[in-house]
Amino acid sequence: MSIGDYIRESQVWKSIFRHPAPVDRRNRVVVMLTNFFLHLHPVSVKQQGIALSYTWCMGGITFFLFLVETITGVLLMFYYRPTLQFAFNDILALRDVTTLGIMREIHRWGAHSMVITVWLHMYRVFLTGSYKPPREFNWVIGVLLLVLTLLLSFTGYLLPWDQLAIWAITVGSNMARATPFLGYEGPGALLLNVGGFDLITSGSDARFLLLGGRFVGEGTLNRFYILHCVAIPLVVALLIAIHFWRVRKDGGISQPL
Amino acid sequence: MLEHHPDLTAAVIYGLGWAYLLMFVMNAFWVKRSYDVDGNCHMFGQAIPMASFWALYAAVLGMVSIAHLTGSDNPQSFLIRMPDAIKDAFNAASDPRTFFALSTIGFIVVIWAREFLVTPTMGWILLNLSCLYLTLSMTDYDFRQIVTKPDNVPIVGMLFIVGFFTWLSFNRAVENDRRVAAGQPIREREKNEKVLVWPDLVYSELICMVALTAFLIAWGIVLQAPLEEPASGAKTPNPSKAPWYFLGLQEMLVYFDPWMAGVVLPSMILVGLMAIPYIDFNKLGNGYYTFKERPFAIITFMFGFLPLWVAMIVLGTFLRGPNWNFFGPYEYWDVHKLELLNNVNLSEWFWLDVMQRPLPVAPANSEWYVQFGYILLRESVGILVTLAYLFLLPPVMAATIFRSFFQKMGFIRFMVLANLMLFMASLPLKMVLRWAINLKYIVSIPEYFLNL
Ligand code: HEM
Repeated sequence: MSIGDYIRESQVWKSIFRHPAPVDRRNRVVVMLTNFFLHLHPVSVKQQGIALSYTWCMGGITFFLFLVETITGVLLMFYYRPTLQFAFNDILALRDVTTLGIMREIHRWGAHSMVITVWLHMYRVFLTGSYKPPREFNWVIGVLLLVLTLLLSFTGYLLPWDQLAIWAITVGSNMARATPFLGYEGPGALLLNVGGFDLITSGSDARFLLLGGRFVGEGTLNRFYILHCVAIPLVVALLIAIHFWRVRKDGGISQPL
Repeated sequence: MLEHHPDLTAAVIYGLGWAYLLMFVMNAFWVKRSYDVDGNCHMFGQAIPMASFWALYAAVLGMVSIAHLTGSDNPQSFLIRMPDAIKDAFNAASDPRTFFALSTIGFIVVIWAREFLVTPTMGWILLNLSCLYLTLSMTDYDFRQIVTKPDNVPIVGMLFIVGFFTWLSFNRAVENDRRVAAGQPIREREKNEKVLVWPDLVYSELICMVALTAFLIAWGIVLQAPLEEPASGAKTPNPSKAPWYFLGLQEMLVYFDPWMAGVVLPSMILVGLMAIPYIDFNKLGNGYYTFKERPFAIITFMFGFLPLWVAMIVLGTFLRGPNWNFFGPYEYWDVHKLELLNNVNLSEWFWLDVMQRPLPVAPANSEWYVQFGYILLRESVGILVTLAYLFLLPPVMAATIFRSFFQKMGFIRFMVLANLMLFMASLPLKMVLRWAINLKYIVSIPEYFLNL
């Protein structure tokens, strides 16, 4: 008996996989149904639905990049401390001394790529008219995922705490100052006052809420760190789950009717 | 800056040698393909395979590559570089107007000449042209500076990818349209058997994952993630730029105040995107590529994505320098470059130039409602124009060019569509007004932070 067969016949292997190797038709069906990771997929699909030139595989690549970001991100969290004292130096150390500091590179380039692939995925979904009934709502979920992907990238941009980071976030968040009614320099903000007392000031407006301060500072770093590492990823994971579930429930990848 | 910035260094020449080598290899494969499928052309009374022209081109690339790989010892006198005349022409021709005009014209050409552009040969020619443009431009110091900034590299990649997929989608759409016209089944309906996910899908996913992982690791090794000086709230860099994917929005700040550019318009983009499935009443084109069956939807979406989003990002990233001034791709980012701004508000133009009298100003110490009235009077023209734009145009649209839309969509859907389109059009409109008549604000009420 070859080693491979020996392993595949062992009790441990069989307890994990619960079915013989997927070499015949029956077991190729069974593997899709009994494997947790594979059961996201249907058992069989139409050829065109998985043709690369049709889907460009962009949704799948986006999802894969999300996984890459999760894994490299968790590894980075072991090294990075989100405080004014440590943040910059920890990133510097990742570059200069930390073994596998390349995780930062992979994380950053993966993030840029994810922004691009999510746009392309949307582009392809639009161009194939796949948002049309019955998939309207999955498109809406997709738009939410698009926003959250951009916000993930945006909140992460601050964490290295270098000049590039804080000024990009400053520029990007300055607009919140001008939110109608809710920003202290926004149209209508002056109307929100009670007995001559302004409700919306630079210390209580939309931008303050976002930054946790009047300018990008320690409070912002903490806020963005938590948004970036915990809050947004959780929401994205949930929405991706719904997104995939809907792809299946809406009849699989779109087809000519 | 006083230090000397050489256009060419030994390292650059050597690197470009590898780039040309890559292009040589790509084209060598293309020669083979061309030999197999392209056939002959007739010249000088003889049949000459089309492939021979590609072979000639590939040979030139090969020689250029060798020249680069071996000729890097005296960079100053190296001959292959972007000619100054071309650089000057690009610099001179590039300002936001030309840039926007060209990207719009390019967009129209793509739509109009799509049947011509989507052949594989044309696609290959376009790819080669862009590669040549990029490699040649790399011989310029300022161009190289901005394009090889680590965070800008993905944008260059994105341009190629977006271009490729736009080409691919048109290729498929044109083919399907042709088939429909000839009464044949569209491509997505052919060879569309059910297959098992294991192995057909699972294996391609696996290959894709492995390839992507390798790609990301290679990218991480070749290009270091940027880290500038430690943050300092006192030293504002000039220019200060938002992350690259928001530079389209930052560019809008030139034409709109922050509350519009940063809050209202982005929200409208999102609302508009979410509304698409509910306002697109066209049932055709669901689940396959086509252009002719839904031209309005495709043109509108592509116009929003290509000239208004991607091209604006390019503009904001590569062509906006200190003080958000415009710089040509080969131009030095001079902090002292002056751009005269003498933009006027609609109200100033109306009262000062047309009516020949000063702007109406409320008497000092008057009650707030008197002040308010005077502001309304001062801005009356702009307010009327805005109201007409938002409330008069949609019915006019419904009654004229969009008549059939209105009939099919019903009142609410049509109003949503019309307003979304008007918001989308407001950006190019404001740009054109700024360039044509130096218009600053249509409505300008700084008293309430309300400028339009
Ligand atoms: C984190 C972001 C996203 C992930 C991971 C994701 C993932 C996926 C995957 C794997 C599919 C299967 C088909 C394919 O690969 O093309 C899919 C389909 C779909 N996605 Fe997304 N997506 C994301 C964002 C979006 C966005 C931004 C939109 C649109 C605004 C969108 C709309 C859709 C729709 C309508 C479908 C069904 C398409 C069809 O049946 O052909 N998704 N998505």
